[in-house]
Amino acid sequence: MNEGKVKLAQDKESPKHLPPDESALSNSILELIIEGAGCASCVGKIEKALMEVVGVKQATMNFALRTVTVNGSAETDKLIKAVESIGYNAKSTSGLGDEQLLDEKEQVELQYYQRLIRQMWIALGLGIPLMLYSIAGGPMTVETIFERGVWLTVGLVCVAIMYFSGKHFYVGAWKSFVNHSANMDTLIALGTGTAWLYSMVVVFFPMVLPEMARHVYFEATAMIIGLINLGLALEVKARGRTSEAIKRLIGLQAKTARVVRDNKDIDIAIEQVLLKDILRVRPGEKIPVDGIVTQGHSSIDESMLTGEPMPVEKGIGDEVVTGTLNKSGSILFKATRIGKDTALAQIIKMVKRAQNSKPPIGRLADVIAAYFVPVIMIIAIVSALAWLNFGPEPAIAFAVISATTVLIIACPCALGLATPMSVMVGIGKAAEAGVLIRNGEALQTVSKITAMILDKTGTITEGAPKVTDFIIVDNHYTENNILTSVASLERGSEHPLAQAIVESAIERGLELDNVSDFYAITGQGVSATIDDQHLLFGNQKLMLKNGITLGGFVEQAQALADEAKTPMYFAIDNKLVAIIAVSDPIKEDSISAIKRLKNNGIRVVMITGDNSATAQAVAKKVGITEVFAEVLPEDKSRKVAELQAQHEIVGMTGDGINDAPALALANVGFAIGTGTDVAIESADITLMRGSLHGLADAIAISKATLRNIKQNLFGAFIYNVAGVPFAAGVLYPFFGILLNPVIAGAAMAFSSLTVVSNANRLRFFKAKDH
Amino acid sequence: MMIINIAGFVLISLIIWWFWLYKPAEEEAASDDNKIIVIVNNGVYQPARIKVKTGQQTVIQFLRKDSNPCAAMVLFPDFEISEELPLDIDTDVVLPPMTSGEYPFNCQMQMYKGTLIVE
Repeated sequence: MNEGKVKLAQDKESPKHLPPDESALSNSILELIIEGAGCASCVGKIEKALMEVVGVKQATMNFALRTVTVNGSAETDKLIKAVESIGYNAKSTSGLGDEQLLDEKEQVELQYYQRLIRQMWIALGLGIPLMLYSIAGGPMTVETIFERGVWLTVGLVCVAIMYFSGKHFYVGAWKSFVNHSANMDTLIALGTGTAWLYSMVVVFFPMVLPEMARHVYFEATAMIIGLINLGLALEVKARGRTSEAIKRLIGLQAKTARVVRDNKDIDIAIEQVLLKDILRVRPGEKIPVDGIVTQGHSSIDESMLTGEPMPVEKGIGDEVVTGTLNKSGSILFKATRIGKDTALAQIIKMVKRAQNSKPPIGRLADVIAAYFVPVIMIIAIVSALAWLNFGPEPAIAFAVISATTVLIIACPCALGLATPMSVMVGIGKAAEAGVLIRNGEALQTVSKITAMILDKTGTITEGAPKVTDFIIVDNHYTENNILTSVASLERGSEHPLAQAIVESAIERGLELDNVSDFYAITGQGVSATIDDQHLLFGNQKLMLKNGITLGGFVEQAQALADEAKTPMYFAIDNKLVAIIAVSDPIKEDSISAIKRLKNNGIRVVMITGDNSATAQAVAKKVGITEVFAEVLPEDKSRKVAELQAQHEIVGMTGDGINDAPALALANVGFAIGTGTDVAIESADITLMRGSLHGLADAIAISKATLRNIKQNLFGAFIYNVAGVPFAAGVLYPFFGILLNPVIAGAAMAFSSLTVVSNANRLRFFKAKDH
Repeated sequence: MMIINIAGFVLISLIIWWFWLYKPAEEEAASDDNKIIVIVNNGVYQPARIKVKTGQQTVIQFLRKDSNPCAAMVLFPDFEISEELPLDIDTDVVLPPMTSGEYPFNCQMQMYKGTLIVE
């Protein structure tokens, strides 16, 4: 019925309501969050209102989640308005996402934390007085009828506590048992259950046990449950801190945007921004979505994404990225990527994924953790049997204590958490420094790199040639009028050096002249006529061919060439006027970054398609001695293989797509990128800023993380490997020492906390100052 | 004493059999479009053994009802996939077409364990 109605409406209205390209959804599914829907009867009203919107095929509301799924081709805006018109609020989930999800997650974690703390106090409320009584020398034995009555009451209170504070352990243990798996709940349930059951046997049937063994352990049960709940609560708190890097990234997202619609500025929620919207951003505000500047000029602080402290100048046609800060001018820009497609959203997604992957070093711990629990159960039985067979009297009491202690101390938590916690913090830390690490494996390999291949153009150098030197031969001319003529000449040429000259003239605000009789002489240069003057611009060959005397200027030109610059001669009416040198300048901090790599003992190699002389000149300047020059792009990966054949662990750094095969073959590929698109998807590691310091930073962070993981694994292994035999009573025959189950409970609670806290230390790691 | 020792060894054998040797028969097959819903609750994935078809993209929709932080993440190590599972919200994990074999999935600490049986 409804469908028919909608169709009619659509037929009638569609000519006027053609959806404006991307702002509408063509037959897709959209989810809205509804606010203010308090009763189930709202469901029908909301669904009906949405069904009446043109293009909606179906609207289904999930009352429990307060969300409605809309199927069809309607615009988000109209759907939201339809819901608002009947008195509810709605927002789209497509743009929302992370921040709200994180808030919800924090809310859930807070509630869980509070519940654990409550459960802890209830359990310790019985455990602590009992333990103090026992320490003070109070008899924990059952000998008289009165004692039986008292301990029976305590035993029943203990059951109540096991129910209120420890139910989750027992339910979890049972559920996983029927599924043929065992986990930490299994150990806790078995340990506390054994202690309680034994104590109840003492209360009800003291006569079946030798007099010395008529001891109750209710305090152990209560204390262990309390302490483990405390441990879990502290762990929840500490875990929250490990995801701080992600929180910071998510926090970069602005909540509202100022859209220019119908010549008016409107402030709207970020989720309501549509593609191709024009947005206004004033100084001091954040860029709300990705886009391209259409009006105005400003400097933008991108340090939060790239780690690069200097603001970047942006003008018409330049890209602006979500989360960066507009510093000086007011700009208008067109939205090109919104919601989950923005560079920031992609970075968050990638960092989250990487944080959950594991480096190979952690895999052994995983395998052990997987078999751990059943093995511990077996050890507990073996230890109980050993006490029963060979132990002193009361053997049964010793057997119960040792089995309980083994079960309780052997929490595999520390082992299981050792790696993921450090990786989470380490990868987050790297992201803050503008280094995006794709996965745990890359994180580990980076720390082992022995050789680093650096692409020259765009990696060591800026990648965009610039006019660097003027030598004026004829003093009648100034730099500017020489540049005007040369740029006018070169405007027609597509050579990259010609582009550098034209750009340099535009930068200086020079107006170019019209030329006639333009000729390009392959491999030599160009010639043309301006205002009846015959102009020549090109190399030495071109000048000599035209009979122009160069004299001592050849040496000056050669000196420029020795500095990796390309000198070109400019002549007017067959008389030399100037020499202009163009070069691809070396990035400001390449020299210091390469020095840092070398200080790490890494063999640094430069690779380039350029001629040997230029390559050598650049290499000499930045302090690289090993150069592969005149290498074709397709041969770059062969050079990687050559180094690998020399047993080097090779890192390859390039500026993206053309270096892809070499990046892929290298043990670790570093892409220099702006942190968008292809670079993020293809390389093992993306350096968000152009600086090569990112390489040394990545290596430093990776080494620190690996060291942290090793500390954690060592701590966890020592804890479990030493703790279990200790608990089983191996030391008893020699020193008379037997671990108390309560101590085991405390140790278990704090073992995972130690690991999480140690991982948190990484948050304070700072890569060395550049 | 003899009886107790024998009981102990029987118990050990039972543990080995129950946790390692026994392969649970219950397996749930994914629907025709290779989609299946997995509930995360009380320390386990339900179902924990899932049959899917070879060479097809598979979607597993997780619904986590377990507030234990251990359950917050599911990993498919063979495919380098890890996904956060928010409480009470359906989360789809899309797996690429797979060749036949058994592929485990688990939480970060391998306390929650499941197996994909691709055939």
